[in-house]
Amino acid sequence: MDNLFSRSFSIRGKNFQEAGSVSTEIKSILKELGVDPSVIRRVAIATYEAEMNVVMYATEATLTLEVTPKAITIMVDDRGPGIPDIELAMQEGYSTATHEMREMGFGAGMGLPNIRRNSDSFAITSSVGGGTRLIITITIN
Amino acid sequence: MHDEFRSILIDADRCTGRMRCLRACPTQAVRVRNGKATLLRDRCIDCGECVRVCPNHAIVPQTSTFSDFSGFNYTIALPSPVFYSQFGKDVRPSAILSALRTIGFDDAYDVASASEAVSIAIQEYLDSSDTPRPLISPFCPAIVRLVQIRYPNLLDHLIPIESPMEIAAREAKQLKMQELGLQEHEIGVIYLTPCPAKMIALKNPPRKKHSYLDGAIPISDIFPNLMRALAHQEKTDGKPEISGLGLGWPIVGGQVACLKAEERIAVAGLTDVMRVFDEIENGKLKDIQYIECHSCPTACVGGSLTVENPYIARGRVLRMVERYGSEPGQDRQKIRTLYQENFFSLAGTIAPSPVQPLDDDISRAIHKMHRRNQIFDTLPKIDCGACGAPTCMTFAADVVKGDANADECVFLAMKTFETISKNLLEVVEKQSRKNRGGPERGTHDA
Repeated sequence: MDNLFSRSFSIRGKNFQEAGSVSTEIKSILKELGVDPSVIRRVAIATYEAEMNVVMYATEATLTLEVTPKAITIMVDDRGPGIPDIELAMQEGYSTATHEMREMGFGAGMGLPNIRRNSDSFAITSSVGGGTRLIITITIN
Repeated sequence: MHDEFRSILIDADRCTGRMRCLRACPTQAVRVRNGKATLLRDRCIDCGECVRVCPNHAIVPQTSTFSDFSGFNYTIALPSPVFYSQFGKDVRPSAILSALRTIGFDDAYDVASASEAVSIAIQEYLDSSDTPRPLISPFCPAIVRLVQIRYPNLLDHLIPIESPMEIAAREAKQLKMQELGLQEHEIGVIYLTPCPAKMIALKNPPRKKHSYLDGAIPISDIFPNLMRALAHQEKTDGKPEISGLGLGWPIVGGQVACLKAEERIAVAGLTDVMRVFDEIENGKLKDIQYIECHSCPTACVGGSLTVENPYIARGRVLRMVERYGSEPGQDRQKIRTLYQENFFSLAGTIAPSPVQPLDDDISRAIHKMHRRNQIFDTLPKIDCGACGAPTCMTFAADVVKGDANADECVFLAMKTFETISKNLLEVVEKQSRKNRGGPERGTHDA
């Protein structure tokens, strides 16, 4: 287990003020670990989008970062409304964002597709009324 | 990387270890060892925040002095447009240039018009290039360094366009070579600089081998002489006034005021610049075309080598822009043609220069991060700085990297002391009871 670094962060829904702070902190951890900048950028984008989804739609979530010499895994477990139709939610341009969220520059329907594009493996499960779980893996070499 | 030029040097003889620099440094590049501040050169971005706060003037900007230019046949002063804002409100830029010609320079050449030309070139670049947005202004050398060490992903956002001071220096040299039949190496071009950071743009100019500038003298060093010269100056020497929006470049928003792109912002101060850079790394702000960035919170008028209060100076710059800004200092069409001819372009790349990770091997780095967090948990987390590191977290990292010892933390030392003294007191107490012939309590012996 010594080759694994793991850390959990909690994210609160509707907390726009701190949105992005987990992504920033993860970035600085990865920089200290000497991870390649192009990998860090993909992790940053995926984490940020996942974080924003929690802030916009869920009540709260735990984001867990795991780093091994081979890969970075980000697990996001939220308590929230869940996603009824995952296939639809994965389509580019599909969004359930409110008018206010769109005014703030969110809700382009690119969140989940963007996460998938930046990850090497991506899994999503959801239960309506329960919450959504994302597992994002980005390989290091 | 360690022999790369840095624009500041700590004078150990003057340093009394008061730790102001330790706290002021935005990149945690200072450590106090044996009562003296030392600089971690790979972390320093030359922002000059330490120069500003040192009460003993122990942080010495590595700028030039007059005597450095005695070998040139002809010298040209290139005052940063900040210089125009350092004197009374009625002192005109052209008068300042004239006065510079009387205090030891053979000529003085305006940079503000080069700033205007560069603005037009940036506009052309914005309109024609498809490099990633937002584009970041590369004219504050501390910002370029920040991107190199902390945001290597953003290097291709830095606009590959020559800075106004380089454009002006090149023009000034060419002009004098033609006019006086001199060789390039006979002409010394000296920037009058508001900050030490410009020195790194001279010594290690980004994307090219050599700067056209031969040195930089602090504005604060020239100021007293120039004040005297201005007092003795004739009212006017008939030279046309400096004009154009380039005069506004040294204040926050001065660059973006020259551009027409719809989405453009100006950010100043390293904390806010880093916040914006983090957002770009997160894939945001793609709608923004151009970001003007300054390391100093009040932009160049607030550089650490200026004289005037930055807010007063800002007011004067605004006034100058009002007076002389509406009259263009450049022929737009001519600049466009020059742009097409790559007059402003820089072809080279800027290399990343990341801060040393905990270890070069990622397995060992992970191991060290565990250790660092364990050490951090034992620390008081009040960032007192007494150990010589700016925060408990940087101290913990220094310890795992072998650059510091855990017992340098006074709180850990106090705890050790507490345990030792408790044990000792018990021994002493026991001994005195024994001497008094009282009953002995053996249970505490373990």
